[in-house]
Amino acid sequence: MSLLVDIFSVVMISAGAFFFLAGSIGMLRFPTVLCRLHALTKADNLGLGFIALGVMPLVEWPFGPLKLALIWALVMLSSASVSQLIAISLRKQGRKGP
Amino acid sequence: MNGFLLVAAGFIVLTVALGLVRIFRGSEDADRMMAIQLLGTGGIAVMLVLAGAGAGTPALDVALTLSLLTAFASVAFVKNSGKPPSDSDR
Repeated sequence: MSLLVDIFSVVMISAGAFFFLAGSIGMLRFPTVLCRLHALTKADNLGLGFIALGVMPLVEWPFGPLKLALIWALVMLSSASVSQLIAISLRKQGRKGP
Repeated sequence: MNGFLLVAAGFIVLTVALGLVRIFRGSEDADRMMAIQLLGTGGIAVMLVLAGAGAGTPALDVALTLSLLTAFASVAFVKNSGKPPSDSDR
């Protein structure tokens, strides 16, 4: 049982780290600003989500997983709002297309 | 397990630092803000992994604070980006 939990944590945290790597490489290599914004939100949501899921078995029971779920929800909401705000500010500066 | 967690935390920090190169090469201001946002989220991820590695629930409180600060920094950038440059910048 403990070995299964450990394997679950290792797999989830590795997936999260992979998505962070994908987001960073996307930030460096994508051609336009809005594409890079897309890569950033993937790293934010998926990377952090997998890491939060993987750390849940490792923290103490009543408040640890609850705080992890709340942190993930807060980061999802704020990164969604911020990406829309950045896109709106780019639009106001005159960019019409991607 | 702890060894793997510490290696994962170091890997995330290096990955996010790689994304900071966009601050130099960025074509617009929004690029630079997005790199800082990635740094903030990477910091949150590192705090979560360290909470699992033994720091416990106080590290989760630090991650929560960092997420609020990252959100406010991004909103401040967007609020400021619409204004024309002021005279004191010259």
